[in-house]
Amino acid sequence: MKVFVDQDKCCGAGTCVMLAPDVFDQRDEDGIVVLLDGQPSEGLHPIVREAANVCPAGAITVSDNA
Amino acid sequence: MTSMLEFPMARAAGCPFDPPPAMQTLREQTPLTRVRISDGKTAWLVTRYAEQRALLADPRVSSDVTRPGYPSPMPVGERGAPVSFILMDDPEHARLRRMVTAPFTIKRIEAMRPGVQKIVDDLIDDLLAGPKPVDLVEAFALPVPSLVICQLLGVPYADHDFFQDNSKVIINRETAPEERRAAGDRLYAYLDRLVGEKLDNPGDDLLSGLTQRIRDGELARSDAAQMGVLMLIAGHETTANMIALGTLALLQHPDQLALLRESGDPKLVAGAVEELLRYLNITHSGRRRVALQDIEIAGQVIRAGEGIILANDIANRDPSVFEDPDRLDLRRDARRHVAFGFGVHQCLGQPLARMELQVVYDTLYRRIPTLRLATTLEEIPFKHDGAVYGVYELPVTW
Repeated sequence: MKVFVDQDKCCGAGTCVMLAPDVFDQRDEDGIVVLLDGQPSEGLHPIVREAANVCPAGAITVSDNA
Repeated sequence: MTSMLEFPMARAAGCPFDPPPAMQTLREQTPLTRVRISDGKTAWLVTRYAEQRALLADPRVSSDVTRPGYPSPMPVGERGAPVSFILMDDPEHARLRRMVTAPFTIKRIEAMRPGVQKIVDDLIDDLLAGPKPVDLVEAFALPVPSLVICQLLGVPYADHDFFQDNSKVIINRETAPEERRAAGDRLYAYLDRLVGEKLDNPGDDLLSGLTQRIRDGELARSDAAQMGVLMLIAGHETTANMIALGTLALLQHPDQLALLRESGDPKLVAGAVEELLRYLNITHSGRRRVALQDIEIAGQVIRAGEGIILANDIANRDPSVFEDPDRLDLRRDARRHVAFGFGVHQCLGQPLARMELQVVYDTLYRRIPTLRLATTLEEIPFKHDGAVYGVYELPVTW
């Protein structure tokens, strides 16, 4: 799995960090998403997919072709 | 052809936690329908979860309250109205929102948890030492989030009667326009004065942070004051209603209350908060939008300029997403709910609201295990007339 984030789209709601703090973080100055781990281990795949699904701004995409 | 339904619709007598039955019927029949809103205009009412999320995330859908066709629940464009960035589109919305997101990051909110726990513990100490029965709204549900948001914004809590009273006027759907304008003006003047004080003498709080932006020429002082009004109202009204209405719902579902009272498991508590957010969905006036272009969705066309109302409360009872949706089940996975909205306008304060509710629901019923209503359900005054749902009073004893 490969994870991509779009900081321009992000609205800083923080749901991804709440769900998967090992994969996502937020910039201190404005809460915008920071990707910590672009290729998370398999055990994290379901929660990362959920984070992408509930991201209100559509700022997280997940690709399984990797 | 049947006559057009009016929105908002009435809840059924004896079912204070459920959305209006007419909306449930609509959701079963069609994802989109035309409704008449209070000022005689019409708008599309969107009732299903999938279509709501699609539209709230669609850049062709605008939050700009100044556009003709916007289905406003109340007169807008008034200086004191709590408008600010929630009623604007990107890029200006994002520019202003990003100025206030820093204090709401998951890390910063987690760091506030011990302080919130202390506030909750102290208020419960006072409850237990005071007379009973007591109104839980006045003695606990309002003070918790008010104390917290005051600290975060840098607003003196001593002024809580002033800002709570004016907030009440503003968010009551029945308030006359001139009365709402006056309350908004009072809050605006108050926040403007605070911003002025912090310009001279900044502290370590959100409003002081905004004064730096004013000095740097990035933010108008009037915008800072309006953002202050918005966050002060949003920061205490919503969470207070979730505390009081959530407690009432749990008292009506003793098996669910027992889970919280006896568990102490942070995971169960966090899940319970999500489920209560889903089940109660106190923002019952719908998210309001207007179409910028023609949008084809679910076999209908929303024309450019037409208003759209996305009723999150009914989407959170959509059986295609939540099994047995009308049942309060604290153990279910409810995290997909749209109680905080969806799209780039999704609630900025949600990490704070979640944390406050986790502390409250985890503490109150364990510390007062015999908590019970001091009246009957029929006697409780519900906020049917509020832009945000809840109870005006909740007399309890133990």
